Amino acid sequence: MTAHQPASPWKQMWKRLKRNRMAILGIIILAILISAAILAPVLTPYSYEQQDLILGGTPPSFTHFLGTDDLGRDLLTRMLYGGRISLAVGLCATLVSLLIGVTYGAISGYIGGNVDNVMMRMVDILYALPFTVFVIILMVVFGRNLLLLFVAIGAVEWLTMARIVRGQVLSIKQQPYIKAVSVLGFSHTRIVSRHIVPNVIGPVIVYTTLTIPRVMLLESFLSFLGLGIQAPQSSWGLLIRDGARMMETYPWLLIYPGIVLSVTLFALNFLGDGLRDALDPRSTRQ
Amino acid sequence: MLKFLTRRLLTMIPVLWATVTLTFVLVRLAPGGPFTEEKQYPQQAIDQLNQHYGLNDSLPKQYVHYLRNLLHGDLGPSLKYQNRSVNEIIAETFPVSLELGLWALLVALLLGLPAGITASLRPNTALDYIPMSLAMIGICVPAFVLGPLLVLAFALGLGWLNASGWDMPSDRILPAITLGSAYAAYIARLSRAGMLDILPQDFIRTARAKGLRESRIIGLHALKPGIFPVVSFLGPAVAGLITGSFVVETIFHIPGLGKMFVMGAFNRDYTLVLGLVVFYSALVIVFNTLVDVVLASLNPRLRVGS
Repeated sequence: MTAHQPASPWKQMWKRLKRNRMAILGIIILAILISAAILAPVLTPYSYEQQDLILGGTPPSFTHFLGTDDLGRDLLTRMLYGGRISLAVGLCATLVSLLIGVTYGAISGYIGGNVDNVMMRMVDILYALPFTVFVIILMVVFGRNLLLLFVAIGAVEWLTMARIVRGQVLSIKQQPYIKAVSVLGFSHTRIVSRHIVPNVIGPVIVYTTLTIPRVMLLESFLSFLGLGIQAPQSSWGLLIRDGARMMETYPWLLIYPGIVLSVTLFALNFLGDGLRDALDPRSTRQ
Repeated sequence: MLKFLTRRLLTMIPVLWATVTLTFVLVRLAPGGPFTEEKQYPQQAIDQLNQHYGLNDSLPKQYVHYLRNLLHGDLGPSLKYQNRSVNEIIAETFPVSLELGLWALLVALLLGLPAGITASLRPNTALDYIPMSLAMIGICVPAFVLGPLLVLAFALGLGWLNASGWDMPSDRILPAITLGSAYAAYIARLSRAGMLDILPQDFIRTARAKGLRESRIIGLHALKPGIFPVVSFLGPAVAGLITGSFVVETIFHIPGLGKMFVMGAFNRDYTLVLGLVVFYSALVIVFNTLVDVVLASLNPRLRVGS
């Protein structure tokens, strides 16, 4: 694909990315959200499980900026702590998918031949399987376990990554410098991990940025169905579920978590699109 | 064409088999059975139920038994809905999901195609930015946020429509919009990208040079190859739409396949879950194959050598 890279592609990419206002906006929003989630205990005097039944369902006010839920728990606090879980699931599950996808794709592309054929045919078959359904069954069967949620979502989302990496590796391994290092007698593991994988990092980063919103959507979807995070813990999907249940009396419980989830997905999608355009100028809007 | 079709149909078999097997293993890995939570039943009754449904047999035996019935098109009895077979449940709930899906598809096409095509004709103008920003919203606001918000506004707020249910014709409106909007957004983006690929090409310039009317150039020459990406997206999309959405059917209390599946999973109704998964996968595969056929007939280049 990229036959000849200019002297410092990263700088060029950053320059192009800076021109994309929506992508920069995305970065800013994400930075704010992530720091808010990390600083949650500092930002709010309340605890996410502290109930105050007298306060049950008060609308937004100066003491509770976004109001409280039916049990008198501060909504802003629950959203901040929920953000921790939602963002953590997004990052960790994406990391799992990254690990599986890159390893699988790199091995398949590097070995090539029949092994590659078989490995990619397996990916084709896996593509056709209804994975959302499997994740639902898994969550029902094994209970709502956070670690399992990471693994299950990550295991679902690695397929496209494997395809992308494999395609890149196929073209990179033809290049003279790979011939050169193999003549030097380096082991295959070393060639793949030190000389090939670092050179496919661009498309991998782009696709990773686009995987995170998909993963977060899947987590909140599961939580919405009651299969993900369980109370008293919170995640944005769970808050939306509660909000939808009580929207007639406490509409703010639905509106604020809905907004924050949508804005996060916005930011991630814009950033992903921006990175893709910055990395591959040919795909830029005409 | 025939060879192409047979090959496609042959690849269906391993996929379906893998789906059935994986699902079978997954639901059986569960600790406890479908009847363990029925506290009102005495142990003896549970034993008898297990006996009746063959749940005491060894797993491989149950698996072979299930596969044999499946080959005859029999998905077995439901474990939770007494005296009902999974086939009956599907026959009852699928039409509901199908109808909802078709309305949603209509919403998606009517909103998505015009938006994408207009955007592609005037790239980087307001006519491009506005529909494409709306499409981004459609993608980023998940159905489980959009649906309740629509209910809040149009049912609880304005009182124009029912908040849930599936009885009156007007009950179709909100679920169809909720389900269709994300698809509309994808269709808009795909048709824009597809048209942008086609419009700068030589044969369009030739058509212009011949002095054809613009409407004819766009509507006839550019549109056919331009909506290619949309057609290939529609295969899985249609299958996803008509097999029922877990979320939308749950929000609006619609008695369709998706709601059945979620309840079946919660109830550990093994056979119902398995049967729905099999049905769903088969539909997805059939639609993907259909789309490949449509694509091949739209684009002769795809037929050669495949």
